Formats: sequence, C-alpha cells, structure tokens
Amino acid sequence: MAGISSEPGFLLTTVEKGVNWARTRSMWPASFGLACCAIEMMGTGAAHNDLARFGMEVFRASPRQADLMIVAGRVSQKMAPVLRQVYDQMAEPKWVLSMGACASTGGMFNNYALVQGVDEVVPVDMYVPGCPPGPQSLMHGILSLHQLIMDGEIRNSTGVL
Amino acid sequence: MSDTTDLTADVPAEEVEEASVSVAEERRAAHDVWVSGTEERMPFATGTDEGAQEMLPSDIDPALAIQEGIEVDDDYVDEDDDHDFGDRQIINMGPQHPSTHGVLRLQMELEGETVVRVKPIIGYLHTGMEKTAETLNYAQGATNVTRMDYLSPFHNELAYSLTVEQLLGIDVPPRANAIRVLMTELNRVSSHLLWAATQGMDIGALSMMIYGWRERETCLDFFEKTTGLRMNHNYIRVGGVAADLPDGWRDDVASLITTVSRGVDEYEQLLNENPIFLDRTMGVGVITPKEVEQFGITGPMARASGVNWDLRKEMPYCGIDQYEFDVPLGKYGDVHDRYEVRIAEIRESLKIVEQVMDSMPSGDYRTEDRKVTPPPRKRIDESMEALIHHFKLFTEGIAVPPGTAYQAVEGPRGEIGCMMISKGGSRPWRMHWRAPSFAAVQALPVMMTDSLVADVVASLASADPVLGDVDR
Amino acid sequence: MADEPVNKTDDVPEMDEMVEEHATSEPETPVTDDPVVAAALGEIPGVLVTEHDQASSDATYHQAIVPSESWVDAVVAAKDAGFTFFIDLYAADHFREAPRFEVGINLLNRRERRRLILRTRVPYDAPTLPTVSHIFAGANFYEREAFDLLGVEFTGHPDLTRILLPDEWEGHPLRKDHAVGAIPVEFKAGSVDL
Ligand code: SF4
Repeated sequence: MAGISSEPGFLLTTVEKGVNWARTRSMWPASFGLACCAIEMMGTGAAHNDLARFGMEVFRASPRQADLMIVAGRVSQKMAPVLRQVYDQMAEPKWVLSMGACASTGGMFNNYALVQGVDEVVPVDMYVPGCPPGPQSLMHGILSLHQLIMDGEIRNSTGVL
Repeated sequence: MSDTTDLTADVPAEEVEEASVSVAEERRAAHDVWVSGTEERMPFATGTDEGAQEMLPSDIDPALAIQEGIEVDDDYVDEDDDHDFGDRQIINMGPQHPSTHGVLRLQMELEGETVVRVKPIIGYLHTGMEKTAETLNYAQGATNVTRMDYLSPFHNELAYSLTVEQLLGIDVPPRANAIRVLMTELNRVSSHLLWAATQGMDIGALSMMIYGWRERETCLDFFEKTTGLRMNHNYIRVGGVAADLPDGWRDDVASLITTVSRGVDEYEQLLNENPIFLDRTMGVGVITPKEVEQFGITGPMARASGVNWDLRKEMPYCGIDQYEFDVPLGKYGDVHDRYEVRIAEIRESLKIVEQVMDSMPSGDYRTEDRKVTPPPRKRIDESMEALIHHFKLFTEGIAVPPGTAYQAVEGPRGEIGCMMISKGGSRPWRMHWRAPSFAAVQALPVMMTDSLVADVVASLASADPVLGDVDR
Repeated sequence: MADEPVNKTDDVPEMDEMVEEHATSEPETPVTDDPVVAAALGEIPGVLVTEHDQASSDATYHQAIVPSESWVDAVVAAKDAGFTFFIDLYAADHFREAPRFEVGINLLNRRERRRLILRTRVPYDAPTLPTVSHIFAGANFYEREAFDLLGVEFTGHPDLTRILLPDEWEGHPLRKDHAVGAIPVEFKAGSVDL
C-alpha cells in the first residue's frame, strides 16, 4: 500500500491499487483438474502446502464463482470446447493459469489427440513449467500472478476498463 | 482360502446382507438389458451429442452469445424428439464436476430422485499415448506410460518393463526385484490414501481430505528422495530400476510406516462408527461376483465382491510370492466393503514393505546386460567397448526381437496389463493397455442404476477411476 | 509455427505391392500339452496355441491364433471351459501384411489360474468381426474402442460409436497409415519434425 500519511486514522491509496489488492487477496480458483497435474493442484490445497494462506483454498465447482482457472493437465481435442465454455461462464475479472508442460505446450504428447497448448483455446496469464509442477512451483506461479495483478491496471480479460 | 481374512466378520451384518442382496437381485434383470443393449434402446441415447461441440450455431460467437443470454447451452437432449419423457429428466454430470474424479461425464436419466439409467461418456482425456508409444523407443517408453494411470505410476512402469523384458527374455537381479516390490507396494499405499481422502470428501467427510493427503505426502517425500519426482517417476525401467535406493532409506521407510499406520488408525476411528458414513456406504453400489467377471473388474473392487483374485498371489511377479501377506476379501460388494478392503490392503502393503526392508538383497539394481543397460559413466572413459555400447543404446535404443507379449501387474485399481506387439527394432509396433479403470467405468451403470442420486457420487468414488487410465 | 500436421506416411508405397502372407494356422489339433487350454479349444479347427513365459515370474500364459470364422465359437468354447473372467479386448494394425488387422481377447480361468489370449486377423477390405459383447458384457466398451481407434467393425454390436474421440472425428488414429499428428517443434537452432 502506498502513501500512508503521518496523521493517524488515514489511509491513502489509489483506487487502482486498492482494487487490485482486493482482487489478489481472495482469488478463488475454479476446480478444473484434468490429469496428473490436478493431483498436484489438490496437493497444493491440502494439508502440507495449504493454499489457504493466500486466501485461495476455496476451489469452486461453479465457474460463476471463480476468478482463476488453473488448467491443470492435458487438454484433449474433445475437452477443448468444454474448457472454453467453462472459461466463458466465469465472471469478470478472470485469469487463467496454465499448469504443467501439457497445458502449456502439449508436453511430451505431440500427437493428434491433444491441443498443443491451452493458449490456443483461452488466453493465458501465467505459465507454470514442470511435469508435474510441484506445489511449490504452482504457488510460485500463483504468487507471480498476484504480483502481476498488483502491478497492472484494472481491466477485464478483453482489455476493457 | 486360508490366506484370506474375512473382513465382514464383525460388521453388523443382517440388515446389510438382506438389503444388498435383494437390491442386487432386483436390479439384475434391468442391467442385463441396459448393458448388453439387446433390447430396444431408449431415445435419449440417440439424442446425445458427445463432446458438446454443437451446442451453438456456428455463426454465433459462443462466448458472446452465452454472456448476452441469447443462448443457453443444452447440449444433451434432442428436443425435437417427440418421445414423452413424463417425469423423467436427463441430468448431465461432468465433465467438469468436482466429484467426477477427473473429466468423466455421466449422463443420467432420473425419475424423481431415482436414477433410471446411466451412461458414462469418456474420452475427455484421450491423450493418444498408444500412438505416441509407437514413436518412442523402448528406453523412452516408460516416460510415456508412467503418465497413464497417474496415481500408480510405478505399476505402469513395472507392467511396461516386464512386458519388454518378456520379449527380450531377460531377468533382472534380485535387488532390482526387491526395489520394484518396495516401490510398487508403497505406491499402492499412496494411491489408496488418496482414494480414502477423495472418497471421504465425496460423501461429506471433509476432514478425510486433509488427513489422507497428510499421510500421502510422507509417501511422496520418499518417492521424491528416491526418484527425483513426486509423481510420474520413470524410475522402474527395462532391465531394473533407474537408481539405487538413497542412503538412509531404511529410516525413511520405517518412519513412513509408523506415520501411515497411525494415520490409518485415525481414519478408522473417524469413519468406522460414523453413522452418516455407514448409512451412505452400506448396501450402496452393489456389484455381484458374476458381474465382476462379465465386466472384467479387478482389484479391490472385485475383492470387495468376494472374488478372490489377486495377481500377486495367482500369477506372482518380481518374487512377490516370497513375502507373507493376506488378500482381504469383502462379502457384500458394496461401497463399504470396498472401503474396508482398501484400508486392509494398506496394512497388508505395509506388511510387505516391512519384509522387503528386512530382506533387501545386496547387489546390482539393474541387469548387467549391456544390450539393455547403459554402462556406468566411469566405464565409458576407460573402455572403448563401453563407449560403443553407450552410443548404440542411445542412438538406436534397445533392440527387441519380434513377438507378442502380455504381462500384467496388480495395481491399486486392479490388473494393469500391457499388450505389446514387436516387429523387431527399437520401437514397439503396437502397445495396448489393459486399464483397470476402463472396466470400472464401464460397470458404473451396474452400480448406479436404480439407486438414489446421492448414492451416485458414493458409488463413483468407490470405483476409484483414474481418467488418465480410462482414456489413455 | 505451421498448423498442418506433418504426415510422415504420405510416401508409403501402395499396400498391395508389399503384402506378405501371414500364416494363420497349420496344424489340425491344438499343439498344447495344457489340458485346460486343450479342453477349451480342442473342438475349434485351425487353432494354433503357444505357451509363453512371463518375465520375472514362474507363471505362463497361452496365446491362441484362431481363424476369424471361428472367432465367436472359440470365445464361447473358452467361456464354457472355465475362462469366464473377461480381461481385455484389443485390436492392432499389421500394416503391409494380409490380413491386416488383429483382434485379440484376453480371458482368465480363475479356478485353474490360466490366462488365454485368443487372437485373430481380419482383412483390410472387410475389417468386420462378429461382436462378443453378448457373451461378455464388458467387451462392449473395448469393441467401441477398437472401432474408434482402428476402424475394426463388430457386427451385431449394440452401439458401435466412437468412444474416445469426438463423434465427428474422421479417420482411425491408431492405424499405421494415419499420421501421428504432431506439429513441428521449433527450437532456436531450427525445427525438429516428429
Ligand atoms: S504436464 Fe506432466 S504431470 Fe501435467 S498433465 Fe502433463 S503429463 Fe501430467
């Protein structure tokens, strides 16, 4: 937060910073587990790693209540339309995090069945490498995304203010 | 069956038995019709649209249309069909649903709260692994298959390695076998722990999720220390294993056994007398032994129905027959029996692990056959021959003679089998996987038909399907 | 990055030129000492049984090549002889051999601890085989998978539709003349085709 005055009882900041701060502090992920990476995503939310520290343990089943879609795993040609639909159903503002090699590039499965990178279907804000990325990597990705939002402007995914 | 424990000896049985048997009897006729499809099919099967691609006219931007409310996505019923559905309605569960264990889609026809018919729709995770396998050589293949059933990567690797070894006609050293048994049994523990966590969560025991994961992490820590990765290890390879066990592994495993057994005791305290848990599991999702054989259900699900078939006992591999363990059996074939069987299997696996610890032979952890195993790094500097072997192995791969081989291992979900056709050369000609979850998903209608909607989730979770395995 | 899949098999010569005859069966009676397997397949003409050792195991299993005409008979006979546990059904493409497609079924005899894999071949121009899904209900999905990925048709199957791929998919990807469908991977120093 910026600009704390010397007078007690006042807190000055820009609207933008305030909004961004609010957005990052309770970013609810949509549960969109697909393959092996989903297990690590669940592991991130569970006991040892405790995503709740960042206000993010509430994996929402309904896309309408979610802010962040963590695409955890390989996206098949059959799944791609569903993925797009879930993304469309999410309310603005929304972000997409592509978790793992498969979601980011197709990984080692360069073949007919997989979408070679989920960015062909939805816009991606953050890529997390690994196969599967460990909980620490995923958390690093999420925190980087938080930083990205904090540093950015208030926009929705189509760039409209 | 002297070597089996009857789990249900102390279960308050009378009502359960009566209920489950009569339900099973009643439903049999209906299932036979539905699964074999010999009777006239009902209209909803023809009105489906797998893949949900045609939900919108192609000239409308789907994103816009849905956001503006022009279009409601209703992709499963053909509305023009003049069939009178009456009180029936069709509900779609998945592919994105929190309790479908991945991207399974269940199309259910409901009458009130009762499920009249279920149709599992799969393929949302089809990865083309069998095709990719044809482009990878035998040394690379394990990397591919380990990602198939991602909760039991070691079993996948083991089935793959054994099949290739069968084609090659080689045996691995005793230490390699012992390490393989150690890792696969620990993997069974970690997989069942995850199952306990998700099953608990799915039927409302939310704390099970946290507890199950807590113990599973201890297994994963050991895996990471040994193989370098928490999942998808690529550790068991053709000719042995990739690396020896780390220093101090005995202490790690010993503390793991204590932690996990303590955890399992805790689950039992939590669940065994929990009236909600009992109500939601007893007499639910029954499968009869005959249906087990018909559908090829193996593993804990089959054993919960009283089918005494465990490949570790019947067709032992990797010297697993030298260890003492029991095969827990259920009696009623319902969700509760599957829970009991799996919890008992965790204990049995830990028993095996303990014995492996005590009797771990010394020696090589991979075969010395230079046509299969690369020479150690040090030898390459010293010996021309080693250099040549190394070069040949990594440029051409392992040369496997032509033939057809099948070998299966007992995975946490049942028989994981690899059917491999080789035509010589360094790449498989065709690799087919016998996936236990595939059979389990196919049998879901048997478990769910005529049950309540609330029981669907319990039955589904008890089948423990891994969609990576189903769709491959 | 090019969008088109690289079709590696475009330049494969015509199939007929390179056909090798695949021997289906020679002997009259099953060449097996195993009484259980012999009891199952003794009546089926033209069956060729082989016994295989498993790796790291004392257990063995049997493979039997049966003529496609006797496919259902063989499966029924095996089931009647105690191979009642259905395990697996698969198909494979033996490109440039005739008959081209292989279908196999994997059965277990629980009482005698035997595994039997029945294999048969069907030709490219008529890749059809009678279904066994009325004998083993579990074969239903497996036959759909074989149809989906390899295009082997099972006559009499109650619902022979695609199972893993989307409904409107064209082609059968596990056939050898179907490309892997890989897109070229770009590295800094050039590109690598798969
Ligand atoms: S990136 Fe690796 S771990 Fe993740 S889905 Fe792909 S194969 Fe599985």
